[in-house]
Amino acid sequence: MIPLTYMMSLSSIIFAIGVAGVIIRRNILVMYMSIELMLNAVNLAFIAIGSRLGSMDGQVIVFFVMTVAAAEAAVGLGIIISSFRNRETMHADDLTLMRW
Amino acid sequence: MPPFLYIFLGALAVVSALGVIMQRNPIHSLLALIGTLMTVAILFIGEDAVVVGFLQIIVYAGAIMILFLFVIWLLNLQVEAGPTGHLALKFFGSIGAALLVAELCLILAPPHLLVKFTHEPAGYGSLASLAAKLFTDYLVAFEVTSILLLAAVVGSVALARRLPVVFEEQPRAVEQPRVVEQPRVVEKIAS
Repeated sequence: MIPLTYMMSLSSIIFAIGVAGVIIRRNILVMYMSIELMLNAVNLAFIAIGSRLGSMDGQVIVFFVMTVAAAEAAVGLGIIISSFRNRETMHADDLTLMRW
Repeated sequence: MPPFLYIFLGALAVVSALGVIMQRNPIHSLLALIGTLMTVAILFIGEDAVVVGFLQIIVYAGAIMILFLFVIWLLNLQVEAGPTGHLALKFFGSIGAALLVAELCLILAPPHLLVKFTHEPAGYGSLASLAAKLFTDYLVAFEVTSILLLAAVVGSVALARRLPVVFEEQPRAVEQPRVVEQPRVVEKIAS
């Protein structure tokens, strides 16, 4: 079995790429995809540690994270659509007013 | 799985994760994200989490990413033209991400955290063991999740629906020409 260090390093690299995407990119949809990247990095860490401990808890947590990610994607994309209808922009810097 | 396959999949995951944040076209970002999700799913399967790996492919790469794709189509997003952001933001963002990698590797992967590998019980990662855990220890969380999904469905429909035409305020000084109403009574009688 591959050492835990490798899996945790991979997980932290993917997480950091997600953080960089949220900071660097100004497109709301791409920022959203970066958040999904971060969720997946954490899932990877859960699975790696869980399989080394021989416990199923990590996999159950990953199951819940997936469910919450689905709910979050549905609500977030609804917000993106309704804000795009009002503003005709996907640029995060243009969406500074918290009303329409 | 042999170790070189882990290395290959890890490299593939990192490259496609970089593709997510570097592509200018949102569709290309989405494709790269699907690549990352698939690679991570194969890593899950390699870590004996077979059911969760397949769920990742079906639910994440199948359902959620198609939702993203529909939104990109619906909003008719084009390739971003011109500069995509501030250069200083990119610079400091990259440095911050590199520091974060160093910090996380230091915290998460020191030698003392290398837990002893206990022999996995029989049927580890199978659907039966996952369901047994899910419906005994995590039953309350499971039910709460169903309520959360219901709330998310209602909320997303309420957010994304087209609002009815709002009453537009007219300037008061301008008198609106009144439409002469047709005498409807006559029509009713005639019909």
